This record gives sequence, structure tokens and C-alpha cells, in this order.
Amino acid sequence: MIETLEIINEGGTPIARRAHIGVVASGNCELLIEPTSEPRARVLIRTSVRGYEAAWRAVIARFFERHPIAARIEIDDFGATPSVVALRLEQALEAAS
Amino acid sequence: MKTRISFAELSARERVRALLDPGTFRELIDPFERMRSPYLAEQRIVAQSDDGVVVARGTLGGENAVIVATDGRYLGGSIGEIGGAKIAGALECAADAWARNERTRVAILFDSGGIRLQEANLGILAVAEICDAIVALRAFTPVIAIVAGRVGVYGGMSIAASLCSASIVSEGARVGLNGPDVVEEEAGLAELDARDRPLVWRATGGRRRHAQGQATRFVTDDVDVIRAALHELAIHATPIAPIAPKIPIDPTLSLADFDRELGRRFS
Repeated sequence: MIETLEIINEGGTPIARRAHIGVVASGNCELLIEPTSEPRARVLIRTSVRGYEAAWRAVIARFFERHPIAARIEIDDFGATPSVVALRLEQALEAAS
Repeated sequence: MKTRISFAELSARERVRALLDPGTFRELIDPFERMRSPYLAEQRIVAQSDDGVVVARGTLGGENAVIVATDGRYLGGSIGEIGGAKIAGALECAADAWARNERTRVAILFDSGGIRLQEANLGILAVAEICDAIVALRAFTPVIAIVAGRVGVYGGMSIAASLCSASIVSEGARVGLNGPDVVEEEAGLAELDARDRPLVWRATGGRRRHAQGQATRFVTDDVDVIRAALHELAIHATPIAPIAPKIPIDPTLSLADFDRELGRRFS
């Protein structure tokens, strides 16, 4: 079945606007980013590839180290590699700033 | 010098935005509405937030318009219950608007392998609703099919595309009921070698479909050219002759023989 993960990062500055990036296609992922009233970032991940929670946590943690933001992020993944996920996150932030 | 922008390389959303008048794109049931397919997760498929369909309002040459598009990158642009309902609903609303004397121009950007197999009967019903809506709407206004993506249009959606008042096709897009792999699987290699890509494009590509009289306009893969063709057909609607094959098709010919025959007549 599809694996669902939630990763929370406390604190961070709010983003300006929502943005939609990417596509659910082989080796790719779709990403929704939205402003939130909570003082934290909440990342919800749905992926067709099970067993990579550690890799997800590492990619997301590195992103928030570089960009401490408060936002609601949803990722629908179809086997994107960690580098593709990192690029999609950067792209979404650029569109939401 | 003018720079050509490839239509095929744009996403479905970017294609709709590029065709509507600048600054008028307004999406209905956008990805943030999260109208995902509820059937895919149990089949281990991750659902996309727009179910692979973009519906937008805006203006076309200053007139109200609705443009819908399928996203060929997501599950081959296949039509399931949600995406199908988005398309049928948009077309039905446009027909209702015309019934109230509100002019609304309509285009459908097809980039679809047809019905989504994972949603089976629901997809079939959705395509039937889309076909119904196209037939109802074209009594009021030309319904323009644009097939200029990377998938083309196949299966049930090729029937929907054929029901439109007029069509715009590009060289890269293919139009057919059964896709090449299905033809090879069902009828054998002698009928069609699906790996023979030049043959597949010669037999089912936009240039051939236009030469056969099965498409109204043949265009280069250029946003400005496609927009101009759309304006011409959708707005400045000189009466459009129904699309009809220019040559009788002999059903006993294999696709390869058919290709040779057409090549002889059109080259």
C-alpha cells in the first residue's frame, strides 16, 4: 500500500502565498505548499515507494536547515529521487515567496 | 526575431494559460481543492490533486471562454470519475450559459490515452457524459479540439475529440482509437510493429490525420500558431464543414498497407 509520513519542523517564518509544483509521474512528485497559522511546518508525504522514511526525513531536515519556514506542505510522490524532491521543495519555495 | 514557444513542452495548466487572453486565466476546482481520485490508493497508485484535469475560465479574444485540458504526464492523461466529471461539468455549464444567451467559447485540449483502466466503468460513464456534453454544446458554439501534446488522443477520448466541431492537430500528436501497442497485441506484427515509430507517426500522426480530412487545421508546435488557429475556429466561426474522411478507408488493408496507399496519394 501507499506509505504516508508526516514530518513536523517547529518555528519558522510564514510564506507569502500558496504554490503548486510538479506532477505525479514516474520519478517525479507533486507538491502543494500553503501558508499556515501554526508556528511550524507540517509536511505530509504520500509515496508509492515504501521503506524510505529515513531518506525523506534527511531531505526535509536539510531543506528546513536552509529555509526555516512555517507552511503546510503536501507531497504526492511517484518514486522521485531525493535530489528531485529537494529541487521540487526549492522550486515550491521560490513560487511561494 | 520571434522566439517559438513549444506547446507540447508546457504542462496542461500552462497550455490553458497560454491560450487564454493574458491575465485572464482563472482555474476552477484547482489542485488546492484536493479533488483526488478515491480509487487509486487501494491500487497502490498515488493520486494527483487535480486528477490530471485542468478547467479554467478566462477570455479568448475578449469573449468569455472555458478551456479544459487533460494532463498527459499523469497516468497517460487517462479519464477517471473525478477528472471526467470536471470536464463534463464545465461543458454542461457552458451549454447552460448559452441557453441563457451568455456567449462562452469552448476548447478542449486532449492529451489522453483514454479511459483510466483503474476506474473502469466510472471512466466509461465519464467519457459518455463528456461526449453528450460536446454534442449538446456544439449546437450553440464551435467546440474546438486541440491535440498537440506528447500523448495525442486515444480510446474513448478520441471519440470525444472526433465529436468536436473542429480540431487542431500538431505533427507530434497522434490520433487513434486503439494505440499502436494495442493494435500490435490484438492484430499481430504483420498489422503493425508498434516499435516502428516512424510508421506509427506516419499512420496516426497529426499530419496524416489532417491529410485524411480528419482534422481541421494542422499546426506547428508553436503556442502563437495554435492560439491563432483557435481564435480563427472558435471566435471568427465561419461555418465549419463537418470533419469527414476525404478518402474511403478499406477495412481489409493492414495499417502498413494503408500507410503505403496514403503515402502514394499524398506525397
